[in-house]
Amino acid sequence: MGLTNQSTGTGALKEMFEVELESPDDLVIALAGNPNTGKSTVFNSLTGLNQHTGNWPGKTVTNAQGKYIHRNNRYILVDLPGTYSLLANSVEEEVARDFICFGNPHATVVVTDATCLERNLNLVLQILEITDKVVVCVNLLDEAKRKKIDVNLKKLSKLLGVPVVGTAARNGEGLKELKETVEKLINGEIKTNPVKIDYDEVLEKAIETVEPHISNLVGQQINSKWASLRLIDGDDSLNQSMDEYLKFDFSNDEMLNQKLQAAHDLLAAENNGVEDLRDLIVSSIVKKAEAISKEVVSLENKNYNQLDRKIDRVLTSKIFGLPIMIGLLGIVFWLTIAGANVPSAMLANGLFWIEGHLTVFFSWLGTPQWVHDILVLGIYRTLAWVVSVMLPPMAIFFPLFTLLEDLGYLPRVAFNLDYYFKKACAHGKQALTMCMGFGCNAAGIIACRIIDSPRERLIAIITNNFVPCNGRFPTLIALATIFIASAAGAFSSIAATLSILAAIILGVFITLLISRLLSKTILKGLPSSFTLELPPYRKPQVGKIIVRSILDRTLFVLGRAVAVAAPAGLVIWLMANITIGNASILTHSANFLDPFAQLLGMDGYIMMAFILGLPANEIVVPILIMSYMAKGSMLELDSLEEMRQLFVNNGWTWLTAVCMMLFSLNHWPCGTTLWTIRKETQSWKWTWISFILPTVTGIVVCFVVAQGAKLLGLV
Amino acid sequence: MAKNLIPLNQLPIGSFGKVKRLTAEGISRRRMLDLGLIFNTTVESLRKSPAGDPIAYEIRGAVIALRSEEASKIYVEVI
Repeated sequence: MGLTNQSTGTGALKEMFEVELESPDDLVIALAGNPNTGKSTVFNSLTGLNQHTGNWPGKTVTNAQGKYIHRNNRYILVDLPGTYSLLANSVEEEVARDFICFGNPHATVVVTDATCLERNLNLVLQILEITDKVVVCVNLLDEAKRKKIDVNLKKLSKLLGVPVVGTAARNGEGLKELKETVEKLINGEIKTNPVKIDYDEVLEKAIETVEPHISNLVGQQINSKWASLRLIDGDDSLNQSMDEYLKFDFSNDEMLNQKLQAAHDLLAAENNGVEDLRDLIVSSIVKKAEAISKEVVSLENKNYNQLDRKIDRVLTSKIFGLPIMIGLLGIVFWLTIAGANVPSAMLANGLFWIEGHLTVFFSWLGTPQWVHDILVLGIYRTLAWVVSVMLPPMAIFFPLFTLLEDLGYLPRVAFNLDYYFKKACAHGKQALTMCMGFGCNAAGIIACRIIDSPRERLIAIITNNFVPCNGRFPTLIALATIFIASAAGAFSSIAATLSILAAIILGVFITLLISRLLSKTILKGLPSSFTLELPPYRKPQVGKIIVRSILDRTLFVLGRAVAVAAPAGLVIWLMANITIGNASILTHSANFLDPFAQLLGMDGYIMMAFILGLPANEIVVPILIMSYMAKGSMLELDSLEEMRQLFVNNGWTWLTAVCMMLFSLNHWPCGTTLWTIRKETQSWKWTWISFILPTVTGIVVCFVVAQGAKLLGLV
Repeated sequence: MAKNLIPLNQLPIGSFGKVKRLTAEGISRRRMLDLGLIFNTTVESLRKSPAGDPIAYEIRGAVIALRSEEASKIYVEVI
């Protein structure tokens, strides 16, 4: 087929880029593009569920791969990180560049946004400098049409010298043509002749000085003109990558160093210093993009973005910006709280009905009583609790949250809050990772990868746990409903929502405070440069949102919770059922913790529940109820009033509830989150700090509140 | 020519400026260039965030928010 000559690199692909090939005939396609161009929609539409994600070797950058079959050929699609440029300003850009340059994909598809073509062409032109096996995909044509922006695809293709395909990936439009075009490009039916950037005369001369020598060194392995330019520009990361992937160590090549020196002398003679040189290179590309864009894009309506601007004027306004943000968050939580009650109860009924049948089944098998107790009352009952308490809120919360994400609202949140994060010497995008933390702290910590500066990324990781995740909402909701809302009568779900909002705002406040504290002590430094794109608002696709958020987030988090809850159920059951002297291990431990817990306004059982809840925060309340009932296994209480009575009988006051809510907000991260922190930071030290910091904060806050209230005679 | 130059963060909301000079260096400068902030690029100051900083600008068809630290290193001529 003439393609297999590239397959010699198959082993290297696997080793260096973790690309999983099933056979040497598989065709590898790199998918590049700016962020917010719908690149992931293209990726998802092409590969469906045939995808898996991991990390690029040695990098904390997500490496997503998927496959599709087209005319009996298998295509492996490698989703590169979304970047604006390939000049290696960040790890993402380095990863994308290295794959296109050294991974030798059979073709590279660059996804661009039809509504913002000019800026996207910057990346296209940079990629065309590296490889000629490119298909440009002009996506979001539906949005462009709505805004009356017309892109002349034929002309664009002619100007770029590579095939161009228009798509509206969300509706599946144009994807078939994209596949056809990729095939034709690979089998040679389509020939390409990429446009050249017109560099300044002196720069071209400088390139000519170096290029023949580079060409001798690397042959056809990479584009020698591009490599020359990068080396003249002093791009050290390219040197490293060449050494890594091609085993060329340029830094010791005397001849090359001489040539580079000659090139620099040439440039210096024309008054071009290092910064000027970079300006010159980038300017040439930007100007080319501008020129091409002018020729192919026509705006029927010059004010196409008026609606977006109007919406922004309200959502980020001085007066309404923050209240609307809090209000939207409130609505999301209210819908979650109010909507989850009924399905939660139904799930619980269903699962406990199954439990009854399991018991019958075990007695039919004739197993000993303790086997039944461990498996059914220990493990199964814990699982049933976790599923029925967690699944409905998550199945409501995650799609709602994804909806806000899809609409393009989250960057506006970052825009609104950036000032406060800057004051805390932290990164503006920390507002985004914090929002992700509401869903799941582990997910929030993974999202911290969008922050380039290592210092600010660590701050974002360490403080992510200060916002309550989905696993802690049930605790907050239960306590708020029982002790705060019970007095509010008909408005109980609103009162509960308000107290949870208060908890969240407190969490955000503590996040900022601790971020600042870290910036002034162990993570000293100034905020790094920050640019945030506010992409156009998009019409969300509700159906897809529900499917994806349930598949990607809800089931993922639930699966994880189930995996940790099962063994935890076993341990808890054993602790509650093995007695030493006249009390269970659980009671002994609780008694031991009691004096300390009392100082913090709680009791030993609550503290024990938090400790046993390390695997998953959602089981804290169930454990507590179980301990109080002292019946040795978790029960389903029929009504909240019964639950309240149980707590009151165990000496609870409103202060106990408040302190437990505060401690739930500020204590060690759950096991999964800690494990994720360890993975993301590659350091036990930072994992340990992430453990100790919220814990100390919680102890201090609870101590002050509990002792303060007692001193003031409020209890 | 340098007489009418002001830092971008002082460009009044709703008005346009032409980029004339970048005083940022290193990666920060590169980022700006990658955004298309090259010589003579027209920038519109769109709106302030609730706290007044950052400010959103329209740069080559995209809306980009810049903190005052960055924007003050971009000098524009008011047009």
